[in-house]
Amino acid sequence: MGAETAEQPWHLRESYLFPRPVIAEIQRAAREGIYDIRGFGAKRRLPHFDDLLFLGASISRYPLEGYRERCATDVVLGTRFAKRPLELKIPITIAGMSFGALSAPAKEALGRGASEVGTSTTTGDGGMTPEEREHSKILVYQLLPSRYGMNPDDLRRADAIEVVVGQGAKPGGGGMLLGHKISDRVAEMRDLPKGIDQRSASRHPDWTGPDDLEIKIHELREITDWEKPIFVKVGATRTYYDVQLAVKAGADVIVVDGMQGGTAATQEVFIEHVGIPTLPATRLAVDALQELGMHRQVQLVVSGGIRSGADVAKALALGADAVSIGTAALIAMGDNSPEYEAEYRKIGSSAGFYDDWQAGRDPVGISTQDDELARRFDPVLGGRRVANYLRVLTLETQTLARACGKSHVHNLEPEDLVALTIEAAAMARVPLAGTDWIPGVGGS
Amino acid sequence: MALAATQEAVEVVDLRTTPLRELNQRLHDLARAPGPRYWRILNPDGAHALACGLDADVEVDIDGHVGYYCAGMNKRATVRVHGNAGTGVAENLMSGLVVVDGNASQSAGATGRGGLLVVRGDASSRCGISMKGIDIVVGGSVGHMSAFMAQKGRLVVCGDAGEALGDSIYEARLYVRGKVAGLGADCIEKELRAEHAAELAQLLAAAGIDADPAEFRRYGSARRLYNFEIDNASAY
Repeated sequence: MGAETAEQPWHLRESYLFPRPVIAEIQRAAREGIYDIRGFGAKRRLPHFDDLLFLGASISRYPLEGYRERCATDVVLGTRFAKRPLELKIPITIAGMSFGALSAPAKEALGRGASEVGTSTTTGDGGMTPEEREHSKILVYQLLPSRYGMNPDDLRRADAIEVVVGQGAKPGGGGMLLGHKISDRVAEMRDLPKGIDQRSASRHPDWTGPDDLEIKIHELREITDWEKPIFVKVGATRTYYDVQLAVKAGADVIVVDGMQGGTAATQEVFIEHVGIPTLPATRLAVDALQELGMHRQVQLVVSGGIRSGADVAKALALGADAVSIGTAALIAMGDNSPEYEAEYRKIGSSAGFYDDWQAGRDPVGISTQDDELARRFDPVLGGRRVANYLRVLTLETQTLARACGKSHVHNLEPEDLVALTIEAAAMARVPLAGTDWIPGVGGS
Repeated sequence: MALAATQEAVEVVDLRTTPLRELNQRLHDLARAPGPRYWRILNPDGAHALACGLDADVEVDIDGHVGYYCAGMNKRATVRVHGNAGTGVAENLMSGLVVVDGNASQSAGATGRGGLLVVRGDASSRCGISMKGIDIVVGGSVGHMSAFMAQKGRLVVCGDAGEALGDSIYEARLYVRGKVAGLGADCIEKELRAEHAAELAQLLAAAGIDADPAEFRRYGSARRLYNFEIDNASAY
């Protein structure tokens, strides 16, 4: 530590309870009189897959040769009831993000990237755009509470249907697309005037509870002649019960979105204080499926904070069939890139910090409906970057799986994992590294 | 025109002997290949998802009560329920006509984007919730939270309306002949001008309901909550 200077006043002590960001937020709230709405996901430190490690093979386990022996990555989603399950080449999918929240070129890029590597992408609140359908070989169509743009032709054009009950960034909350992101096209798709705030309800308009959901799923199957897999997506909260109820309601696939999941526009207080992290949610979801004897019969997709092949591999080892990425895909396309630092500065942010996805002023052209900004984004290049990123995630996942001696990434298992913290050990129900202790198991 | 008036052949399907899936598949196939135009469904016994997802110029008469989501997401078709309907009848209707002779349960016409839903009896709560262009005419009364977040289209209520009518309404137009127990956030009574009386008369005629437009009152959005302002926080 150097000597105290005017720039480094060591005698000053910052409050743990009221650090500068908290002071700034209190004063912003006092000035503006409205809660902070932002995009991105939870920024607080949470127990996550970083708190787990793999036990690579050694004398008691036999690894696969990394550059010669095959480690398969294919996954089939929707094998329970659907006539046409989704056959994906990799266990990483693109999560639902709306046209409206994202520009049309950004949605196109997600489709291009996913299609290039043989996986699926997902619509979002606001309906399906022709660009998205054209460029997404496998497209999941979301049925949300708002039903903006809901169209039976699009249901039939989709490859799967996802009934969205909630999302990890705001379980129990609806959505909001602020008026300045409502272009003519977005307004028309959503049957609302241009320029007004578009609220998305927190509850579905025509069903309440798991018994109704079962009938709703039945209707969707009837409308689409039982061809499409039906996903049910929940924000991670009471995950064990939600997953069991979704199975009971007839879901083919369950998507569990942990609280690190991203959002286009949600209250900060909601993002940071509602839901449970992806790590315990994964364990609870697998528990629920196993207890019903439905693990691998009803597929589990986990999302919320997936960034690397390590995250993918750990989610699969805990029992997920696939993962879904949202924020990381946008970052792969250039969101928060230092390349745009000067432009971020102009709007009061900085590369690495930009989370005003609700504002529609994204200099990269991703989270905007401004034609000029959107034109900056090249969907072909963006698609290429998404594909590259997905390939890297897949290669990393395979690398870890081979090191654990697995010829398919789905053969990863909890026994391959240890935890770095007591919290993660308890949540993931794997031993604390260097011990055989799993907190909460066997009365310990 | 009811089926009894047609001279053309009527395809009769008894749901006690024919699985629902088979019936719906046959009705869906009409979108791709010609088939019977007139259908009569016997013994629905409260079946869910009956005659949903149709996309053809057909007329389907259902003799009895239906369960949830009858005629959901239909295009072009005419479906008449000669009985009562469960939750979400004609949900997300795109076009065509749905008529319920009896009463309808909650969320009738929810999120409908076009076409006409007629309920000759009463409709329960959340009638026309989140409607996006559908026209709904109810011969009787509607329950609470009807036309919640209603975006587009017209809701005509010949009887009374329950609490919180039109809560958080956008651009839909509401007409009520009887008493309104209470208006929801941002929903206000508006002047019923000549053009409104004319469209109301047209809707009543289309529904086959004899009522004087002059007896109705019009409700719609005050448009105060279209963009969030902190001074309106108490209204939420």
